[in-house]
Amino acid sequence: MNEIWAGIQAAFRLIFSLDADLVEITLRSLQVSLTALVVASVIALPFGTWLAIRRFRYRRATIATLNALMGLPPVVVGLIVYLLLSRSGPFGVMGLLFTPTAMIIAQVIIITPLIASITHQAMRELWAEYHDLLISLNTTKRQRIATLIWDGRRTLLTAALAGFGRAIGEVGAIMIVGGNIDHATRVLTTAIALETGKGDFALALGLGFVLIALALLVNFAIHALSRTEREGTW
Amino acid sequence: MVEAPPSVSLSGALVKRRGKTILGPLDLTLAASGFTIVLGPNGAGKTTLLKVLHGVDRLSEGAVTWSVPDAQARESQAYVFQSPIMLRRSVRQNLAYPLQLLGEDKASIAAKVADWAQRIGLEDALDRPAPRLSGGERQKLALGRALIRNPQVLFLDEPCANLDGRSTREIEALLKAAQQAGTRIIMTTHDLGQARRLATDLVFLLRGALHEQGRAPAFFTAPRTAEAKAFLEGDIVE
Ligand SMILES: Nc1ncnc2c1ncn2[C@@H]1O[C@H](COP(=O)(O)OP(=O)(O)O)[C@@H](O)[C@H]1O
Ligand SMILES: [Mg+2]
Repeated sequence: MNEIWAGIQAAFRLIFSLDADLVEITLRSLQVSLTALVVASVIALPFGTWLAIRRFRYRRATIATLNALMGLPPVVVGLIVYLLLSRSGPFGVMGLLFTPTAMIIAQVIIITPLIASITHQAMRELWAEYHDLLISLNTTKRQRIATLIWDGRRTLLTAALAGFGRAIGEVGAIMIVGGNIDHATRVLTTAIALETGKGDFALALGLGFVLIALALLVNFAIHALSRTEREGTW
Repeated sequence: MVEAPPSVSLSGALVKRRGKTILGPLDLTLAASGFTIVLGPNGAGKTTLLKVLHGVDRLSEGAVTWSVPDAQARESQAYVFQSPIMLRRSVRQNLAYPLQLLGEDKASIAAKVADWAQRIGLEDALDRPAPRLSGGERQKLALGRALIRNPQVLFLDEPCANLDGRSTREIEALLKAAQQAGTRIIMTTHDLGQARRLATDLVFLLRGALHEQGRAPAFFTAPRTAEAKAFLEGDIVE
């Protein structure tokens, strides 16, 4: 018990003194997950919207696949990305394994289906609501998509935040493809795993508090967004 | 409005949904002017007829023919849906939307929005979110948004269903003003009183079939079919 208490105290000292390791790891985590978020959003937001308003032959199958992909265990994603990027794999020559880029790739694969699926749901609802009006007003396809994206922007932001929350807290995949290398690929979650294993609870807890704070921030933001949506303050 | 509104004909028009015929087969011509009321009980096919004329619903068989090319006909029409569709935006942005689609410049849009907000009595609600308006306010906003493009033909689907007397009166006044300004109006209702107040001519539908079409005073005083007579006398017709 004493050890834990001492750990908590040390953790706060690390945070308030802006410990160099702690800051470096936190910034790398943010850099990796925010980059993954931007890439995933660029793919998932238009794709989810397109799925919602476009009827085509394999639409149902595509949606089912998307939902299945959402349930992929991150460790398996890590394994697959590892195999693809390893020296003997098809993309081995690029030398990406154990770099932040590899971690970004893994996170993009993990969160793109999630963001696309939430986007699809929300846009389908909005499209059902707007359909008759937009057809009646003779809108072009571009105008329809622009209207849906603009009026659904809060939901889209919520989808993106959910994706970020998942990315920043993920450990299995990035441990495999990043390797948790000090000053290179060590991020919040992998560092916590390592320090806990070593018995250095101070740094582990300090990083843990940062992670919790980030997760709470994301959830508050989602909550605030859904409230402005509900109350119609815009 | 310089041009006169176009006329429209349905020939052999039939609408099937899930294998069931819900409208037609029917042949019908609506003249280029006037205030046509489509009358009939619930489920008669009024909404279906309106949507088919406007082109938001497709015919299973037959054809809709406007006296002008289709693209031109669509551009000159506006439609107010049975339950008004509010964009998740402010009242101001809802009014501006149809004009923005046409790429009008900002100053002209602002002027028209101010003018129409006044006419529909929502000038103090311009910055309120449209989805949070009352039923009567929504209906007026939907009407203003439809009229702001100055359409030649205006479709309305039971615009006063579920509205109180005051809102109904305001909407009817707006419709009469639009009619006077030269807009051709085609509107459904199952409210006989409203039909008497507004119609220049009527179309009476029952179970998807056209039972009678006629000019206003004659239709009310001397209906030709037994069903129309029963409906006018207030019998329950289904
Ligand atoms: N998409 C649809 N699928 C199946 N039946 C429909 C559909 N739309 C309308 N109907 C049916 O067609 C009939 C006419 O509907 P509608 O045109 O809405 O009548 P009204 O507007 O006169 O009340 C009703 O019996 C209705 O249940
Ligand atoms: Mg109806």
